[in-house]
Amino acid sequence: MEREHFSRQYDAELNIIREKLLEMGGKVEVMLVNAMKALVERDTALAERTIAFDHEVNTLEMEIDDKCLEVLARRQPAGRDLRFITLAFKIVTDLERIGDQCANIAKRARELNAEPPLKPYIDLPRMAHCAIGMVKEALDSFVRGDDELAVKVCKDDEFVDQLNEQIQRELLTFMIEDPSTISRAIKVNHISKCIERIADHATNVAEMVIFMVKGKDIRHTIA
Amino acid sequence: MNSKVKLDDLNVHFGGTHAVKGVTIDFPANSVTAIIGPSGCGKSTVLRAINRMHDMTPGARVSGRILLDETDIYGRGVDPVAIRRRIGMVFQKPNPFPAMSIHDNVIAGYKLNGRMRRDEADEIVETSLQRVALWDEVKDRLKSNAMELSGGQQQRLCIARTIAVRPDVILMDEPASALDPISTLKIEELIEELKERYTIIIVTHNMQQAARVSDVTAFFYLGELIECDVTKKIFTTPDRKQTEDYITGRFG
Repeated sequence: MEREHFSRQYDAELNIIREKLLEMGGKVEVMLVNAMKALVERDTALAERTIAFDHEVNTLEMEIDDKCLEVLARRQPAGRDLRFITLAFKIVTDLERIGDQCANIAKRARELNAEPPLKPYIDLPRMAHCAIGMVKEALDSFVRGDDELAVKVCKDDEFVDQLNEQIQRELLTFMIEDPSTISRAIKVNHISKCIERIADHATNVAEMVIFMVKGKDIRHTIA
Repeated sequence: MNSKVKLDDLNVHFGGTHAVKGVTIDFPANSVTAIIGPSGCGKSTVLRAINRMHDMTPGARVSGRILLDETDIYGRGVDPVAIRRRIGMVFQKPNPFPAMSIHDNVIAGYKLNGRMRRDEADEIVETSLQRVALWDEVKDRLKSNAMELSGGQQQRLCIARTIAVRPDVILMDEPASALDPISTLKIEELIEELKERYTIIIVTHNMQQAARVSDVTAFFYLGELIECDVTKKIFTTPDRKQTEDYITGRFG
């Protein structure tokens, strides 16, 4: 069982960081859902709102960094607290990058919505669904200190990578068959890459959770 | 790493109190080992056992072995005075000899061992004071009374007095806890430099200090050695939960 610090204020400060990270995670989840919805349902207004929403994620990034810095300066954390703070510093960067990727998806959706549809989107939403699950589970594993769930996230990345490759192959055939699709296909390809990146960021978070819980660095070891 | 001092199943009793319980640990040569733990965990008792300071305590019983380079310091025929010459000690409160000059304080340990030539004494004084980075501050007033120095300077003078007799090991019991932050940093800097020549074992309540100055950290609790490992590991990913709870400030 997790013991409390002698200093309740210290516990409170760590909790603020934990809660803000979760809030940030929640926001990037919403961004990804909405960016995909804007694409699939051709909702340009939603794409615009999603792009603007990135600002909130960026603000949280700065707030969390600031709080982490303060705890480092005032508390000189050690052991699991030190691992938590250094982890928070890194998670925040991954979450911010996820937010950027979602904004990128929304931007490409906005452009694609201005042209006739290339094809019905089937694999992209599947891929996004999996990536959202990974982001969610990575954060859950962080909150619960659940290293098994974190390992699952790392393994799920494989599936997203495979879908990304499949989509790229498919788009290539489109472009070869009909060069007039090239401009749109490149944009769809970009979205696929963005989702693949998001899954990579979720994997980074999961790997760091494993470090936080186990004190063992498993980065670059899971194929 | 070569071990300089080795405790083998060390037990210390004070009357009916079992203060140190079966401690086995190696202190590597030319390194700084920090001993940390809550009050009453036995850390100072262990430190004092290493230069036989319990010999004079009524009711104190020490068992097990303490090896200094393979010699059991509690062995038959071992002279405690000779041991203390090889294992110096620095205490929490600076304790220069109040009636002596700065010069005479440094050389006090030598004087106990008989007369020496003046130039020889002067050389030992200068070298020792230089090693503790005090020489430039006091070279023009070596005849002044040691009590005129600031607390931080007095502590460095005591360290100079300790190293003047050329020990192998320096034991430090909270050497900076009575000092201001700048003097503390100077002592810590000094510890870093001294480890090139000496093996240092330091007891400290200040965990950040242990993290800053030591190569190896040993965590004691209720008279037992709970965990001993390289300092980075102890302060980032210790193996034992008790250690982790203590260093993170969660100890119940």
